[in-house]
Amino acid sequence: MARQVTLNRRMVNTAVAWAFGLLIFFPILWTILTSFKTEAEAISLQPSLFDFDWTMENYQEVNSRSNYPRYFMNSVIIAFGSVILGLIIAVPAAWAMAFVPSKKTRGILMWMLSTKMLPPVGVLIPIYLLFRDWGLLDSRVGLVFVLTMVNLPIIVWMLFTYFREIPGEILEAARMDGASLKSELIHVLTPMALPGIASTMLLNVILAWNEAFWTLVLTTTNAAPLTQFIASYSSPEGLFYAKLSAASTMAIAPVLILGWFSQKQLVRGLTFGAVK
Amino acid sequence: MQKSAIALTVAAMAAGVSLSASAETLTIATVNNGDMVRMQKLTDDFTSKNPDIELEWVTLEENALRQKVTTDIATKGGQFDVMTIGTYEVPIWADRDWLLPLEGLGDDYDVDDILPAIRGGLSVDDKLYAAPFYGESSMVMYRKDLMEKAGMEMPEAPTWEFIGKAARAMTDKDNEIYGVCLRGKAGWGENMAFLTATANSFGARWFDMDWNPQFDSQPWADTLNFYVDLMNDAGPPGSSSNGFNENLTLFQNGQCGMWIDATVAASFVTNADDSKVADQVGFALAPDNGLGKRGNWLWAWSLAIPAGTEKEESAKKFVAWATSKAYAELVAANEGWANVPPGTRTSLYENPEYQKVPFAAMTLASIQAADPTNPTVEEVPYVGVQFVAIPEFQGIATSVGQQFAAALAGQSSVEDALKNAQSLTERAMKKAGYPK
Repeated sequence: MARQVTLNRRMVNTAVAWAFGLLIFFPILWTILTSFKTEAEAISLQPSLFDFDWTMENYQEVNSRSNYPRYFMNSVIIAFGSVILGLIIAVPAAWAMAFVPSKKTRGILMWMLSTKMLPPVGVLIPIYLLFRDWGLLDSRVGLVFVLTMVNLPIIVWMLFTYFREIPGEILEAARMDGASLKSELIHVLTPMALPGIASTMLLNVILAWNEAFWTLVLTTTNAAPLTQFIASYSSPEGLFYAKLSAASTMAIAPVLILGWFSQKQLVRGLTFGAVK
Repeated sequence: MQKSAIALTVAAMAAGVSLSASAETLTIATVNNGDMVRMQKLTDDFTSKNPDIELEWVTLEENALRQKVTTDIATKGGQFDVMTIGTYEVPIWADRDWLLPLEGLGDDYDVDDILPAIRGGLSVDDKLYAAPFYGESSMVMYRKDLMEKAGMEMPEAPTWEFIGKAARAMTDKDNEIYGVCLRGKAGWGENMAFLTATANSFGARWFDMDWNPQFDSQPWADTLNFYVDLMNDAGPPGSSSNGFNENLTLFQNGQCGMWIDATVAASFVTNADDSKVADQVGFALAPDNGLGKRGNWLWAWSLAIPAGTEKEESAKKFVAWATSKAYAELVAANEGWANVPPGTRTSLYENPEYQKVPFAAMTLASIQAADPTNPTVEEVPYVGVQFVAIPEFQGIATSVGQQFAAALAGQSSVEDALKNAQSLTERAMKKAGYPK
């Protein structure tokens, strides 16, 4: 009887999880389907899910109009570059806050988080002027720097949370065995926190990939990533929904694939220390 | 033999590198619309005539583009050599010396051929600061079959009273047919473009000669009451969320009897590939109220050269090419006369081939009916038909648009919306230091 109840409960849980998952995934699915429709079918007021004339013309048009590989490479460089630089800064910072906290640590953490509450447009002009004077406008280096700063509070917070779950005694033992600070960080702490570091990296790559304020304002052609690729197909005066959907699909496909293959790692990292 | 072949190859490569290194690259910011995309496809014509100039495009949705080019020009960022801007920006930016005057565009450019209304909107002190790529006004697009079914006939120059009657007669809510589709989405370029132009024809104005807001005047009350009542009786549900694209979708799917919006929509609604009602569309001038002003706007997407560019000569060559008579002929030869950018040159409308395009005459008449330097019945201190060419307008009009959208959605009364519009505009203008 108890077994039956457990089985029923599991089936209900699975059904709810699937329903929830489909609900979240539906807009993405709709975008992908629309990308294979004609513009007329895309705006039809009696839309059909699968029963339409599938066409590749939107992808052909997008490919002929835009240099997708250049946008893609810029996105890869900017997203991974900013997260790697962020991790290099954040690992020692989070280590210090987790294992050698001071009275001000909590305050510093809260202050770092509060910078995320500032609307980006509030610092647009000073940053733009700095970039202009330093020759960083439309450069990948500039964007890597800005996105590192934008995501650094989240990276530090996530790593701090993971590091706190690691018993300090293990690090102490390493120190007693004569490990230097560098060895302690690289050979002891990092391997133990690898799931957390990996999930932090993945989550922040996704955030950097999707960032659509600084990447639009600070770039023109050389460093323009996929966010600008999508924005070039949006129009308030003219129906280009199918082409916009094709561009969106091409822009989100890499990050969807990355998320799919790393979902185990992501979930493991995100739930790290959640259940004791 | 092999050595000389290698030497030749290296020399050829070096020549290629040197040619490419000597070429000047123009970075051009444009909006994403059919005409601009077509221009990008035809630029081989320009680069073949100017092999020393390369073109890099930054194409964006218009609000993103506006934010980007405004930031760049205000901070002298120098990221662009040619910018696509509208009639709203030109007088403000020219006044601040942010744009280069467009002189010396070539002997065959023929500046006098540009339509006077458009040229007036792009000039300051009689100097042209942007060359029009395409111009638009607004007009009535209507379903001939539904009009006939309603037992009415659309005059060439209808009044608002006629539009109200016809819209109510054409409405068949059971079959999801709505007599009129109008912009309702809040925004200075959305509902406020339509309502400001409409208000002009009702005798309203944004400011008096001392820059005092006029939303507490009777003409504004008449305008907003007429609009809200009409949309409640004959508009589609949820119209406070509808902009150009939403109404275009409704019209193309056969659910609107009339649609009053940009003349550029004419080519979309008559395109049989996308529109279910392509063969039933008629056109008429934007309505009036017998006060001497019609409810139509005037806009031109235009190419301008920022004052900070170091490539002025190349930029001028490009602007001259893209806005020339020869470009219109190039488009016609490649894509047909119906796809030539409309609303910029008199010669286009004198061309017998272009006159065959069904919406050509009405587009020209609509543009000619708008006067950006004298937009209202009573005198005003500003320039602009559907906008007021001051930097504060975008913010104020978007806030006012939110009040009017709330009235349309039934969340507030017309009286309250106008009262709020008056007080928020007074506050913003005082803060901005008006009267100046």
